[in-house]
Amino acid sequence: MTSSPYIPSTDNDRKEMIEAIGVKNFEGLLTDIPKNFLFPELKLQDKLSEPELVEYFTELGNKNVASKIKTSFLGGGSYNHYIPSTVKAMIQRGEFLTAYTPYQPEASQGTLQVGFEFQSMIAQLFEMDVCNAGMYDGPTALAEAALMACRIKRNNKIVIHESVSEKLLDVLKSYSKWQDIEIIHADQINISKEEDLACLLVQSPDKNGEIIDVESFSDQIHEKNGLLIQHTYPTSLGLLKPPGSLNVDIATAEGQSLGVPLSFGGPYIGLLTCKNEYIRQLPGRIIGQTVDKNGKISFALTLQTREQHIRRESATSNICTSTQLIGLMVAVYVSTMGPHGIKHIAETCFHRAHYMAKKIDQIEGFNLLSKEFFNEFVIQTDISVSKINSFLLENDIEGGIDISANGKNLIMLAVTELNSPSNIEETLNLLGGLSE
Amino acid sequence: MNNKNLPLLMNQSKKGRKAISLPEIGVEKSSLPNSKFLRDNIDLPEVGQLDLIRYFTNLSSMNFSIDTNFYPLGSCTMKYNPKINEQLSSIQGFANAHPNQKDENLQGCLEVMYDLQNELGEITGLPGVSLAPLAGAQGEYAGLLIAREFHKYNGNDHKKIALIPDSAHGTNPASASMAGLEAVTIKTTSEGDIDIDDLKSKVNQDTAVLMLTLPSTLGLFEPNIIEITEIIHDNGGLVYADGANLNALLGITKFGELGIDICHSNLHKTFSTPHGGGGPGAGPVMVTKNLESFLPYPHVKKEKNNYETYTPKNSIGRLNGFLGSFGIVLRAYAYIRSLGSQGLKEISENAIINANYIQEKLKSHYTLTSSRNCMHETVLSAIKQKENGIKALDIAKKLLDEGFHAPTMYFPLIVEEALMIEPTESESKETIDQFIECMIKISELSENNPNEILNAPINLPVERLDEALAARNPVLTWKK
Repeated sequence: MTSSPYIPSTDNDRKEMIEAIGVKNFEGLLTDIPKNFLFPELKLQDKLSEPELVEYFTELGNKNVASKIKTSFLGGGSYNHYIPSTVKAMIQRGEFLTAYTPYQPEASQGTLQVGFEFQSMIAQLFEMDVCNAGMYDGPTALAEAALMACRIKRNNKIVIHESVSEKLLDVLKSYSKWQDIEIIHADQINISKEEDLACLLVQSPDKNGEIIDVESFSDQIHEKNGLLIQHTYPTSLGLLKPPGSLNVDIATAEGQSLGVPLSFGGPYIGLLTCKNEYIRQLPGRIIGQTVDKNGKISFALTLQTREQHIRRESATSNICTSTQLIGLMVAVYVSTMGPHGIKHIAETCFHRAHYMAKKIDQIEGFNLLSKEFFNEFVIQTDISVSKINSFLLENDIEGGIDISANGKNLIMLAVTELNSPSNIEETLNLLGGLSE
Repeated sequence: MNNKNLPLLMNQSKKGRKAISLPEIGVEKSSLPNSKFLRDNIDLPEVGQLDLIRYFTNLSSMNFSIDTNFYPLGSCTMKYNPKINEQLSSIQGFANAHPNQKDENLQGCLEVMYDLQNELGEITGLPGVSLAPLAGAQGEYAGLLIAREFHKYNGNDHKKIALIPDSAHGTNPASASMAGLEAVTIKTTSEGDIDIDDLKSKVNQDTAVLMLTLPSTLGLFEPNIIEITEIIHDNGGLVYADGANLNALLGITKFGELGIDICHSNLHKTFSTPHGGGGPGAGPVMVTKNLESFLPYPHVKKEKNNYETYTPKNSIGRLNGFLGSFGIVLRAYAYIRSLGSQGLKEISENAIINANYIQEKLKSHYTLTSSRNCMHETVLSAIKQKENGIKALDIAKKLLDEGFHAPTMYFPLIVEEALMIEPTESESKETIDQFIECMIKISELSENNPNEILNAPINLPVERLDEALAARNPVLTWKK
């Protein structure tokens, strides 16, 4: 007997195999390991049976407020959107879930064709020429896009527009710190007076939800021979102009809003799209269409000479394991929504957010600061944000993000299709009560 | 397997079809943004719900997977992915946990992370653990950044050399390059062990780190590990262990006790989280106590009875948007809890016995790289079969036809016609015997009827692909 359902070998199986190998016992296989270091004491927590695991983890889950909330207005790079039943059904298929990276294309056409659909749909949504098979998450996608621009332009100056969030900037710093790259803040320079630049990074909708006129930066950066990079929120593209029609060269996004659960911040998927001419500098996996020897259309990993397993230290990135399964979720999500669903979700987010923002603005002591926004906005309040959030949470509502600064109480709220009109009314009533 | 031609969604699309019903906007509409910001058209497929489900379901049946096939892909640890872990990750309190919520409202998530940090610290003997890295390669990168910051902190900015054995995984030199380190290759012996003389001739005061895979990529334990770590430490360098092969070492030996300073572990290998067709994974980084202050942020600690996130004093920075791949972390923690100390040790024990059994049974049919006992995987060479025109690639394709996923081919690079076989502990002796029998049959066919191998695969949805065409003329999205 073994103590685990995950090991099928019986005592007798093991005995037969050890005999066949020709050693006396298991230890006989470990002669390369210095004896003093063999079989150290391992003091882990006690093991749990399957029913005990369910009980234990259910209790842990209950320690998170997420186990009981009715509605949430938290955003800031991760958004609470509806996940269709089709998505949940498809990711449970073990044939997708438990396959490896498709190195053997003949035995991986399922994963590969889904990946090709994913690349195609994201390219369409962004109106960009191409998309890779997925990055770890939005921030790493933007960081690698910036490094990609440095390679394309053989230039190490990255300019950051003030619209870009602190988190995105922090990840870029971790990715570029030791590579002799200079990060310049756009508000501290006059771009027209600079020498050549690698790229300009703009986030729209920006870190506070504001819609930025991305296209207005196009001439500026292109005159300096640099690339225009936009980081965006893909749900907004159901309503807003996509990067491809804004003269953007590389566009990235956090793909979580397209059918991926919040799951405390991951796993998510980074979307990375670009113009055709830059594909050989793309990081990560790329799936391409080809034919088999009978001419049948089929799919395979391609342009692999960019990658670490071939190019080693000269690779475009160190990415190996990426986010293929999350790509499946996104592909099923986008095809479930279709063009009308994508548009309708975006409009619902927009109108509900604007309705709520206007109503909050009418409450005494609450002041809407945002001007042209998509679904996330900033309110200045007389009351401290932590007090507002605690009060809402007592009513099983997750409030907004506290971005108070310079002595001002500032709360950022995101509204999606999952905040129903009655959720919004209830929240407005609570806020109204709070101001009295 | 499904051999049908499944047209792409764009070719199935018909105007007016839909796959979901959505709520009305339900509030008074506001005026839209300036028209220069508005999109006029979205070109995406329109399909009905059943057609969509049938399409993706049929696609899934065009895959090999752990749930359907033996998948002895070396260095990838394709073990069973327990179903209970999927169920646990979808518990509402976890699946709906927003990463921008305050710590005090996320105590369940933070407890899971804190406990896994401790368990991984205990397993590897390296107590400083960060769960932030999103994959093995990011874990490697984090480990190298820690080494760089550590040297800088000690005034040793000049330490810029990463020593990397020629048998290493490609991510090692790629990560070193991202960390601004210069990769210097160390020779290995024909058995994949570090060439000590070569190491001694290349190590010096500029050595930042040695990147070592343990067990090596040939599936062998490095017998000189103690001497190697001493050589590096004597030169003020750090030793980094690539933990891709940790499935061989659970309860068998601890990295920290061997003199290793930093390692990463792929939770999607050793700790059973599903590979998902190529991610998502997670690649926690583990370090010695004196490197703990360099870990990425946010990191989780326990103060009295509360779990908190914080930024370690000398942190290398933020590696991703939030706190790492929590859904994967949760599954790995559940796996460790389902096994405990004894259970984990049995995992490695069975993985090692299975690999050695395959090695023993196939050594007279294929060419062994080393006569030593292997750890969790064995590397065979098809040089004998190549004499009959049958390469490792051809053997791989024939195995696919017979219902077995292929071993890893042509890796490590130092072995000609390499076939790297990792059975894991998950497979029964019956399955392993069938695989052995099939490998022997293919070896015999290579002498008697090589064409049957060269034509393979013929039982799969497609035959051999023109991969050169895909690279020469890249078609990466729908073409109408």
